[in-house]
Amino acid sequence: MSPKIGVYICHCGTNIAGKVAIDEVVEFAKKLPNVVMVRDYKFMCSEPGQNLIKDDIKKEKLDRVVVASCSPLMHEKTFRTACETAGLNKYLLHMANIREHCSWVTEENASATEKAKALLRGAVAKAALLEPLEKKEVKIHPHVMVIGGGIAGIQAALDIADSGRKVYLVEKEPSIGGHMSQFDKTFPTLDCAACILTPKMVQVGQHPNIELLSYSEVEKLDGYVGNFKATVRMKSRYVNEEKCTGCGDCWNKCPAWRVEKPKGDKKVVHDALTLGPPKAIYMPTLQAIPAVPVIDKESCIYFKNGKCQICVKSCPTGAVDHKMVDVVREIEVGSIIVATGYKLFDVTKMPQYGYGRYPNVLTGLEFEHLNCASGPTGGAVLMENGQPPKSIAILHCIGSRDKNYHEYCSRVCCMYALKFAHLVKEKTGAEVYDFYIDMRSFGKGFEEFYNRLLEEGVRFIRGKAAQISNEAIYPEEEGKLIVRCDDTLLGRVRRVPVDMVVLCSAIEATGDSQDMSRLLGLCHSKDGFFAEKHPKLAPVSTATDGIFIAGCCQSPKDIPDTVAQASGAAAQAMMLAARGAIEVESATALIDEDRCTGCRICNDLCPYHAIDFIADDKLSKVNEALCKGCGTCVAACPCSAIAARQFNDAQVLAEIEGVLQ
Amino acid sequence: MFEPKILGIFCNWCSYTGADLAGTARIKYAPNVRIVRVMCSGRVDNNFVLKAFQEGADGVLVAGCHPGDCHYIEGNYKTMGRVPILKEMLKQFGIEPERFRLEWISASEGDRVAEVINSMTEQVRKLGPLNWKSTTDTKDFSHVR
Repeated sequence: MSPKIGVYICHCGTNIAGKVAIDEVVEFAKKLPNVVMVRDYKFMCSEPGQNLIKDDIKKEKLDRVVVASCSPLMHEKTFRTACETAGLNKYLLHMANIREHCSWVTEENASATEKAKALLRGAVAKAALLEPLEKKEVKIHPHVMVIGGGIAGIQAALDIADSGRKVYLVEKEPSIGGHMSQFDKTFPTLDCAACILTPKMVQVGQHPNIELLSYSEVEKLDGYVGNFKATVRMKSRYVNEEKCTGCGDCWNKCPAWRVEKPKGDKKVVHDALTLGPPKAIYMPTLQAIPAVPVIDKESCIYFKNGKCQICVKSCPTGAVDHKMVDVVREIEVGSIIVATGYKLFDVTKMPQYGYGRYPNVLTGLEFEHLNCASGPTGGAVLMENGQPPKSIAILHCIGSRDKNYHEYCSRVCCMYALKFAHLVKEKTGAEVYDFYIDMRSFGKGFEEFYNRLLEEGVRFIRGKAAQISNEAIYPEEEGKLIVRCDDTLLGRVRRVPVDMVVLCSAIEATGDSQDMSRLLGLCHSKDGFFAEKHPKLAPVSTATDGIFIAGCCQSPKDIPDTVAQASGAAAQAMMLAARGAIEVESATALIDEDRCTGCRICNDLCPYHAIDFIADDKLSKVNEALCKGCGTCVAACPCSAIAARQFNDAQVLAEIEGVLQ
Repeated sequence: MFEPKILGIFCNWCSYTGADLAGTARIKYAPNVRIVRVMCSGRVDNNFVLKAFQEGADGVLVAGCHPGDCHYIEGNYKTMGRVPILKEMLKQFGIEPERFRLEWISASEGDRVAEVINSMTEQVRKLGPLNWKSTTDTKDFSHVR
């Protein structure tokens, strides 16, 4: 019996109908083989649109459905569900993409209409050959892994742990806390970062449902949604976490410095802008969680010449052990939240700003360290010579909004620049010059904060600073750093002499984001940030089911947005875990036993080792639980013995023939 | 002007999504390429390409994830391995190998979709019509792998 195909053509408002002559396509569809019903509607995905399909399946006894509308990646699920509720196997639906691949990308109406017809003819030809498939379900492992222990990872881990589910929090650094733990105040409310973050860090350390794997990295990830198996390397700290009490005797006595040792009586060495002890055995900050130090192998004397061991001798509990080795663990989880954060743009790439040459030119993060109460100056804003500055320049958009480096806006710089300006005014009373391109104060309370700063007497100069030099022309510039800038409001070039400069460098994707995306099977945008499944409606999901993203690894964002996104990702992971089971792709490969000669070419070809050779039967078999349906084996089988469900030879060839006719 | 008919076979995860992105971004490109979706470029049987030429295509464009980015780990490497054989076959059939192209397009490269399709269309336009269909009507290629 020949199939009865219903064709449904969507106008998508004017998105399709504005380019494609719908009437013409309807008439064309009526003449296609096996088509018994053709309808068009303004929005096929809407309730009444779906009802058209459902009613026809019931009344007209359709056994195949073709929807010509947007991309199947957008609405295939919607229409499959519609078919299913009307009693038709959902795999008997096929879509023609006449929006993303046709009306939106074609200049002329006539060629768009022709292309739409061709795509529809291909879809109808393939639909006639579709076969019903059985639904497949897999169980969801209830545990969740969070990668990255910054504020995003901490928030996600706590949300999930509070729901009663076990969380593995994997952090690359010796302590959780990420960038936020290095800040002094947060904009625009000026809350102390440590005061709001430290309690959360402690909660993570103590939570019965959170297993914290600090100083650890995910090396390998196998499996699929609901059943991931992660291989995690727990790097050796050379300090036993069980025995250590975090007393600090080791770093107080350690003779080796991991940063340049301050010379003479200088109060500040800007090269040593570090939080926490500057020694070879150290904690990243004094609020570190876990409060266990780690030995920096590069600077430790014992690792250089086998002598010293002062830390071992000074430890009252005998926790230091230079012979400790890495531990590799395999962890099974149902879903994964990636919150690996960001790194700062390397400002030495822009030598015109003199970073590295002039000691009083600092990056934003270094200036945070300088302001931080647990930093090298105890929170005092001082120049390299230990004196407070009389004037400071803050430069926005270093590496952001710049076609040579990063085209995007880093989103937080305007506001933290304002915060710096306020802190400088409060602490030193110095003159503050703020060089901006546009002031982007878009968030809650941001504009009010900007107005407050205007009243505090900060000098705002609209124009991107072009250069910093110490070459004085005028007497008042002697011994100062001179910021050159084109003031776009005055319409002339200015030279502003200052004592200190802060560069608001861009936020960029972490250096290993490409490796991470490969490891986890994620897509990334061209600037290296992980790509979300849909920019508006699925901002925490990714192309890989069961893996979610949160925080700055997705795009630059501030703390409130990060926390909101992290809670969103946590909710997605909990939703999976609560459901307990999920439907997975049924379109796997199938071997025809009569045609298989047992040559075993497919066995080694399968990236998932899903095909086994059955020695007794002298033929190969597909393990459907492992098969992902890529079809690589199908294309390689010399006997055409393997069929890819939903994409078998006959179906694909029919579609090819259809689009080319 | 000669308007070539070109078949595109795009992998679901990178290239098809990239073409969707070109649409979302309203990037205009030549209407000559008709895209058929497969899950992985590794699914592309050389037979598909020959069939396309037989069915009247003047060119075939296969696109998959960038090397190392394959959603199925290494399907695109298998495709890469098959292409030299395919090009050799095309030559033996008297088809210019330039009528076939394998490209890597990621999900974020909507602009590249337009670039590749435009340049492919130009390339095939210069080669002119293939008209292989009329000469091969009686031939069966299902055994060719």
